[in-house]
Amino acid sequence: MLQANTLAGERSGQRIFSDVSFSLQNGDLLHVSGSNGSGKTTLLRILAGLTLPAEGEVLWHQQGITANRDIYNENLLYIGHRHGMHSDLNALENLRLSCHQSCNRAKLFSALEEVGLGSHLKKPLRLLSQGQQRRIALARLLIESQPLWILDEPLAALDVIAVEWFSQHLAQHLQGGGMAVVTTHQEASFISHVSVTVDLN
Amino acid sequence: MSSHVGLLASWQRVLKRELLLAYRQRNDILTPLIFFIIVISLFPLGVGPEPEILRIIAPGVIWVAALLATLLSLSRLFNNELHDGTLEQLLLTPQPASVLIFAKITSHWLTTGLPLVLISPLLAISLDMSPIALGYTMVTLLLGTPILSLVGAVGAALTLGLRGGGVLLALLILPLYIPVLIFATGAIIATSNGYSAEGQLSLLAAYLILTLIFAPWVTSHALRVSLD
Repeated sequence: MLQANTLAGERSGQRIFSDVSFSLQNGDLLHVSGSNGSGKTTLLRILAGLTLPAEGEVLWHQQGITANRDIYNENLLYIGHRHGMHSDLNALENLRLSCHQSCNRAKLFSALEEVGLGSHLKKPLRLLSQGQQRRIALARLLIESQPLWILDEPLAALDVIAVEWFSQHLAQHLQGGGMAVVTTHQEASFISHVSVTVDLN
Repeated sequence: MSSHVGLLASWQRVLKRELLLAYRQRNDILTPLIFFIIVISLFPLGVGPEPEILRIIAPGVIWVAALLATLLSLSRLFNNELHDGTLEQLLLTPQPASVLIFAKITSHWLTTGLPLVLISPLLAISLDMSPIALGYTMVTLLLGTPILSLVGAVGAALTLGLRGGGVLLALLILPLYIPVLIFATGAIIATSNGYSAEGQLSLLAAYLILTLIFAPWVTSHALRVSLD
């Protein structure tokens, strides 16, 4: 269970949001909305433990996430604005490196096949388009099994087919008892699964 | 026991990735080495080809060039990772960040420090060093270049993402490099004058052990602050 108590966030010394509280149970999807600059990315980074909140605390099963970082990180899959892939490595290498659990070659192949990158396995990422790179980052959702996903603008640069694929996969994750925190500006069918909303405006 | 195996495995995993990346970016890797060779080769042209003078200045020239070559390579250590977001992912892995950082530093030494050690005999000969001084040059580089990578990682982490970080980095870590320079050149000069270099080498080894213990840990904390 993920719980946030009276979080406040700052950017370069300025308070951008305060008093954000929520709690996520298994199967919950949190949608963080707000205009540009309202602090969506800051909130997600605080939830992932990358940024310290100016006030408040984030708890994972009643324990502070910074004090129990290794336990929390085992349960967390974070894909940020920057997708966290090396541009000089190819899709297969990147995916294998970001896989912390047992990942055999067949599993990686089928994940890349499913996100539609089956024919670009050996190209370094810098030769692929933004959307293709984002798809490879999202392929991590298929090969790992962390209960908590924190995804910052996962739909950026994705085409309609990929958005639909993502929505379905997210729904499956939630049905299986997973949790997710997502920001997006786009219309997508997964919005119907949203159970908690935080509006930063 | 199993957790120790896990730590070693994750160290190896990051090291393999870093070496693969280094191979893909091999032009960047060669820059410090070529800089090292060029700087040292320019000295005989600049100060004249008298072997006596070259022999006297050789330890200092080689070591100052090694310091500057390492300094040149440090920005590469975390900068790309900062921009593509892989540094965030590194800090979000369940393994202790200091172990993964240590793997990155190891890779930095293997691709920057070790080549300097290996090429140094050739350059030592070009500066007319005696065989014993040449041997001690290699030994001090072998002990000293890991310190340069370890201390440099702390500096690179602290100045990550700052404007004008390069200058700040130099100001921050050159004072910490000076003991290495003094002990290393002291050891080479002592042996070429027929004295024992045991003292200087012990101090270098002590500095290496100290940085091995503390630098990865300090670097991981500095990175968390830089990414905040």
